[in-house]
Amino acid sequence: MVRFENIGLRYGVGSEILRDLNFQIRPSSFQFLTGPSGAGKTSLLRLLFLALKPTRGLMTLFGHDVSRLDKDALASLRRRIGLVFQDFRLIDHLTTYENVALPLRVIGRREEEYRSEVIELLRWVGLGDRIWALPPVLSGGEKQRAAIARAVIGRPELLLADEPTGNVDPTLAQRLLRLFVELNRSGTSIVIATHDIALMDQFDARRLVLHEGRLHAYD
Amino acid sequence: MPTTEARLRIAARELVEMAVREQESKPQEIDTASDARTSSPVMPPDSIAGRALVGVVAIMSLLAALTLGAVVLVRNAAGAWQTEVSREITVQIRPTDGRDGEQDVAQAVAIVQATPGIAKVHALSKTESAKLLEPWLGTGLSLDELPVPRMIVVTLATDARPDLDRMRQALTESVPGASVDDHRGWVGRMRVMTRLAVAGGMAVLGLVLAATVLMVIFATQGAMATNKSIIEVLHFVGAKNRYISAQFQRHFLLLGLKGAAIGGGVAAVFFVAMSFLGPHLDRLVGGSGGAEALFGSIVLGPDGYAGVFGLVVLVAAATALTSRVTVVRTLGALE
Repeated sequence: MVRFENIGLRYGVGSEILRDLNFQIRPSSFQFLTGPSGAGKTSLLRLLFLALKPTRGLMTLFGHDVSRLDKDALASLRRRIGLVFQDFRLIDHLTTYENVALPLRVIGRREEEYRSEVIELLRWVGLGDRIWALPPVLSGGEKQRAAIARAVIGRPELLLADEPTGNVDPTLAQRLLRLFVELNRSGTSIVIATHDIALMDQFDARRLVLHEGRLHAYD
Repeated sequence: MPTTEARLRIAARELVEMAVREQESKPQEIDTASDARTSSPVMPPDSIAGRALVGVVAIMSLLAALTLGAVVLVRNAAGAWQTEVSREITVQIRPTDGRDGEQDVAQAVAIVQATPGIAKVHALSKTESAKLLEPWLGTGLSLDELPVPRMIVVTLATDARPDLDRMRQALTESVPGASVDDHRGWVGRMRVMTRLAVAGGMAVLGLVLAATVLMVIFATQGAMATNKSIIEVLHFVGAKNRYISAQFQRHFLLLGLKGAAIGGGVAAVFFVAMSFLGPHLDRLVGGSGGAEALFGSIVLGPDGYAGVFGLVVLVAAATALTSRVTVVRTLGALE
């Protein structure tokens, strides 16, 4: 699914912040990405969701060499990836329903086709009574669940989550982890970037540890 | 024994209670009524910058529509003038020593009338000539004491092409002091002036449209900077640049349409008002019909209103297209 071979990344003319990364993410796998602050977790996630291109090495995503893809092809690949941000990135003037439906709107699906699908998912993540609410009036936990719903509505093959439990209490963090585990059981590969040791201890999964720009995998 | 009225009241209460029980026993439905917002524009439709842009586009459209209307008015008035002037020629008979002026006039009139394609011949009497000269020479002058040429106004028949060269030759042979002025030089100069006025108007129109396009470029870049987070989210959910630019295009098309419709509408109202007020304007400013003589009636014809409508569509389309090109270029440069 994802393959990194001797990947290096630098911003501008500075030194490499990611060095010689060699790893794979297999279909239906579950992994935590961890490491100290400044180790390059966010940069690696940005590489994975194609916001950046590596400065060296070979990165293949769903069988495509990303360095050879044009903008439209990259956008098509992004549709196969779900993304959950630590700061949610919900659009304030759109309702919860509209935010969650956004990936389907973007690919040109008609509202009457996806309406029930979106409502069902919102019920599943416990936002059945907040469907028409705007993000500014949602609590942190509700925003996080809306962000997760938006990430999974398009049935992504790979789900990337950046500190998904950073803004929620331990109980909700546990519930969210259960949600990710369920998604993984349904076939989605999961990468959760976190430095929440307690969260990682709750589920036995592969750990990718970044330290000083290098990656160590613990299966 | 309960009365009929009481029995009805009990039955009604039972019905209401049954309906309430039924309602409560139903699983809770999520409100998917039509008042819920299901597909709002991805770009925030209303913003201070958007309102300012509508205002500026409205002003620009108003200026452009007024310029366009003025160009149409000048062109139509000049066209009417040219048609009128080119259908008229003047025969001038200068006094010649030893010749009878009245006889020369009568002979010239006869020659002109004999030419095919002439609709009307009118020799100005001495009184009419004196009246024409009044602004320069004052009143009470006797033209018999002055060597004033006599004028014959000749109106050509519609669609006729009289042989003016032959008529000119016949006149100069029979009446030595006669000369024919077909106003060609004047019509030519007027045509050049009209073209210059129209070209000037079109240049102003072009400048106004160019200013609108430049403004929209800045407004689009501003909107992109303001909505950067939305653009990022769209990217992350797999939107192609085409989709993102279409959102901006739609947003700016609506703003452009709104602004252009306001500007064009105000201009149209102005021209309608002028068509009613026009005949009274001279009187209002204490004139003597000069403006009407110059411009004809200040009435914008169907072509003028069609032009204003076309301008509204053009401004809206230019606004939408400019924003799309700006977004595509900016997104291209970002990646």
